[in-house]
Amino acid sequence: MIKGIVRGFTKNKESYLLMAPYMAFFLVFTLFPVILSVILGFTYYNMIDPPRFIGWYNYVRLFLDDDIFLIALKNTLFFAFVTGPISYFLSFFVAWMINDLPRTLRSITTSLFYLPTVVGASVYPMWRLIFSPDEYGYLNGLLIRWGLVREPVAWLVDPNKILIILIIVQLWMSLGISFLAFVAGLQTIDKNLYEAGVMDGIKNRFQELWYITLPSMIPQLVFGAVMQIVVSFSVADISIQLAGFPSTEYAGETLVTHIMDYGTIRYEMGYASAMAVVVFLMMVFTNRIVSKLLHKVGA
Amino acid sequence: MLALSGKKTGYHARRSLYGNIIVFGFIALLGAFSALPFVFAVITSLKPINELMEFPPRFSVTRPTFENYEELYRLATNMWVPLSRYIFNTVVVAVAGTVLHVFFASMAAYPLAKHRFPGKNVIFSVIVMALMFVPQVTFIPQFILMAELGLVNTFIALILPWIGASLGLFLMKQFIEQIPDALLEAARIDGASEFKTFFSIVLPNSMPAVLTIVIFQFINLWNYAPKELVFSESLKVFRMAMESIVASDPIARMGAGAAASVILMIPPIIVFIALQQKVVETMTFAGIKG
Repeated sequence: MIKGIVRGFTKNKESYLLMAPYMAFFLVFTLFPVILSVILGFTYYNMIDPPRFIGWYNYVRLFLDDDIFLIALKNTLFFAFVTGPISYFLSFFVAWMINDLPRTLRSITTSLFYLPTVVGASVYPMWRLIFSPDEYGYLNGLLIRWGLVREPVAWLVDPNKILIILIIVQLWMSLGISFLAFVAGLQTIDKNLYEAGVMDGIKNRFQELWYITLPSMIPQLVFGAVMQIVVSFSVADISIQLAGFPSTEYAGETLVTHIMDYGTIRYEMGYASAMAVVVFLMMVFTNRIVSKLLHKVGA
Repeated sequence: MLALSGKKTGYHARRSLYGNIIVFGFIALLGAFSALPFVFAVITSLKPINELMEFPPRFSVTRPTFENYEELYRLATNMWVPLSRYIFNTVVVAVAGTVLHVFFASMAAYPLAKHRFPGKNVIFSVIVMALMFVPQVTFIPQFILMAELGLVNTFIALILPWIGASLGLFLMKQFIEQIPDALLEAARIDGASEFKTFFSIVLPNSMPAVLTIVIFQFINLWNYAPKELVFSESLKVFRMAMESIVASDPIARMGAGAAASVILMIPPIIVFIALQQKVVETMTFAGIKG
C-alpha cells in the first residue's frame, strides 16, 4: 500500500511540485486558521496561559449568557437574509439590463457600478458627513431646508436608525464581484439558443430569462452566491467606520465586530474562536441551501 | 476567441419603449447613487475652509481650491515618521502580496486544471469551500497563528495571509481549463517538462486571468489595514497613516480628510478601469459547476 502511494507520487511528481508552494501557504494560512478556531472554540485561551479545555461552555455562554452576541447575530442574519438577496438580485438585474448596451457604454456602466466595491473603504468618511447627526450634516441640512424635519435627526447615533443607515450603505456596495461574474456570464450565452427559443414559443423577455438565460449561467450564479455570502456574513468595516466601535447600545454590532471586540480587545481567544466557528457554519450551511436552490432554476 | 462581440440577432426578444424608459431611468438613478460619495469626496476636497464650515451645508463648491491637499501634505510631512516610509510600506506589502500570490496560485492552478492525479478533486473542492474563509473572517485564528510564529508587528504578517488566498487560484484554474490541450501537447512533444510547459505555454495564454488576480489582490491589499497585526508607526501602511491624520481632529480636518479619501481612491480606480476588459473576460469562466 505504501509502495502504491510512493509510486503514485513519483508518477505525478511534477503535478505535486507545481502545487507545493501554493498549497503550503493555503494549508497554513487559510485552512489551518479555520481548524484552529474549531479547536480553540472548546477552550479558554487568553494568549498568556496555555489553552484550557472547557468543552461546550463557550457555545453555551454565547447563546444563553451574551445578550450582545444575540444582537450581533440578529443584525448579521438581517444583513445576510435581507441585504444579501437584494444585492444578489440587484447585481443580476443590472447586469441583465446593461447586457444589451453597446460595448463601450457597457464597460463604462460596469466600472461605475463596481466602483463602490473597489474603493468604498476610502469614502466611508463621506458617508459620515452625509449622515452627520447635527444640522451640519448634509442630509439633515437638506431635510430641514425642505421642511421635512424640524430638528436634526441623529442618524448614526440613534440606535433605532443605525441599522437602516448601515443597510443603505451596504446596498450601495452591493454590485461586487458577483455582478462582474454575471456581466461576463451573460455575454457568453449562445445567441442561437435565443433564436431556437423563439421557435419553441418563447414570447417575452421573462420567459427568455427563465428558460434560456438563467439555466445557461448556473455556474456563474453559484459562484456569485458564494461571493455574496462572504460579503453578507462578514459585514464589519461599515459598522465600525460609520456607527463607531462599539456603536450606540450595540445597535450596529455584527458577528465580526463582536469577534473583534473579544479577540482584539479582551483577548478572550477561545470565545472569539467559538464565534468565528458560528460564522463559518452559517456560511457553509447557507451556501449548501443556495446552491441546491440555484440548481432548480429553469426547471 | 471569446463570444464577447455582442452581435445581435434579429430574433432576440425586445423590451417595449416604456419598459426601456423605466429600466434605464432606474439604472441612471442607481448609477448616480453609486457615484455620489465619490463626487462628494472630490467636491468637498476642493472647498476652501469657509465653504466647509458654511451653514446650512451646500453640496456644490463656489471657489474651488487646492488648500486641503496642501494642508494634507503639510500634516503628512510633519509626522515623525516620514511620509515616504508609509508609501514604501504600502508598496512593499501590495507588491509582495500580489506577486507571490499570483505566481504561486497560477503555478498550482495548472495541474489542477490539466493534470489527472489522485486527490485532485478533493483538493479543489476544499479550495472552493475556502472561498468563504477570507481574512476578514479568519483574522482571529490568523492573529493567534502570527503571534505563535512571532510575526506580529512585521510586514510578513500583513502579506502571508493573502498568498494562500483561494479566489486567485480558483479563477486561474477555471481560466486555464479552457486553454486547448493541443497547445500543451505541442510543447510536451518537444520534450518540455511540465514546469517549462507552464512558463512557456500556460502562463502566456492566461494573461487576462493573471491581470484579473493582480487587480483583485491589489485592491484587497490596498484596502487592508488590520490594526491588530502591526502597531509600530514605522510599519504602518499609507491608509493607516491617512486615517490617523484625519481621526485626530475630524472636524477641523474635514477638508484634508476628503483630500485623503480622494488620494486613497485614485490608484485602485485607475488600475480597475485600465484592466476592466480583462476582468470581465476572466470572469466568464468563473462559474462553479457541481
